[in-house]
Amino acid sequence: MPNPKRRHSKSRGRKRRTHYKATAAAVSECPNCHTQKLPHRACPNCGFYNGRTITVPKKA
Amino acid sequence: MRHRKSGRKLKRTASHRKALLGSLSTSLLRHKRITTTVAKAKETRMVVEKLITRARNAMANAAAAPAATVHARREVARHINDRKVVSELFSTIVDKVGSRPGGYTRIVRLGQRPGDGAELAVIELVDFNTGSELTGKTETKKKAARVGTYRKTEAGKKEKPAAKKAEASASAASKASE
Repeated sequence: MPNPKRRHSKSRGRKRRTHYKATAAAVSECPNCHTQKLPHRACPNCGFYNGRTITVPKKA
Repeated sequence: MRHRKSGRKLKRTASHRKALLGSLSTSLLRHKRITTTVAKAKETRMVVEKLITRARNAMANAAAAPAATVHARREVARHINDRKVVSELFSTIVDKVGSRPGGYTRIVRLGQRPGDGAELAVIELVDFNTGSELTGKTETKKKAARVGTYRKTEAGKKEKPAAKKAEASASAASKASE
């Protein structure tokens, strides 16, 4: 099996990893209660999706 | 390669998968609405839609060929492990579905489950979940459940301290006699 000839410096590895970035989750606004929610999912705050109640949240 | 192979394995053997989808389908037809993971919901949809169509077609031709209904029932019963649910499918559910050309189920994503981060979804029969009836239903169910658990714990509490007291008094008595 081929093997690396030289070890990578910390700097080299860290420079490569500068491009590993977390992206912010896309959020949309619930048309019923106007909180931020994930798109294409029932609202965790009020349980609405597509103009109707899908679930009843535990707190409500 | 997975080319042209439909369906998910759901990390189960063929028999385990068959059993799972049978249970999920039975539950969905019994309760009209179940919460599960998105992957399982989508697999269940594939099974249930076919079952409903099979039942619907059989009932549409029931007058012309009553014997065919028996056959259809038995074919459907291979996937559903409850005879009552089968008869409900062939009567109530078929009536309610009417002439809807497929698409009897609806899947709505709910977000991730704490614990394993699996994405959950509600799968429901469209004709049984029109929207307005839901809020009251779930609330009353939750209330009922709470009352039940409360009573149980109450009874358990009452029994346990009494038993402990009895033990304590017994041990105290034995000590006193010593």
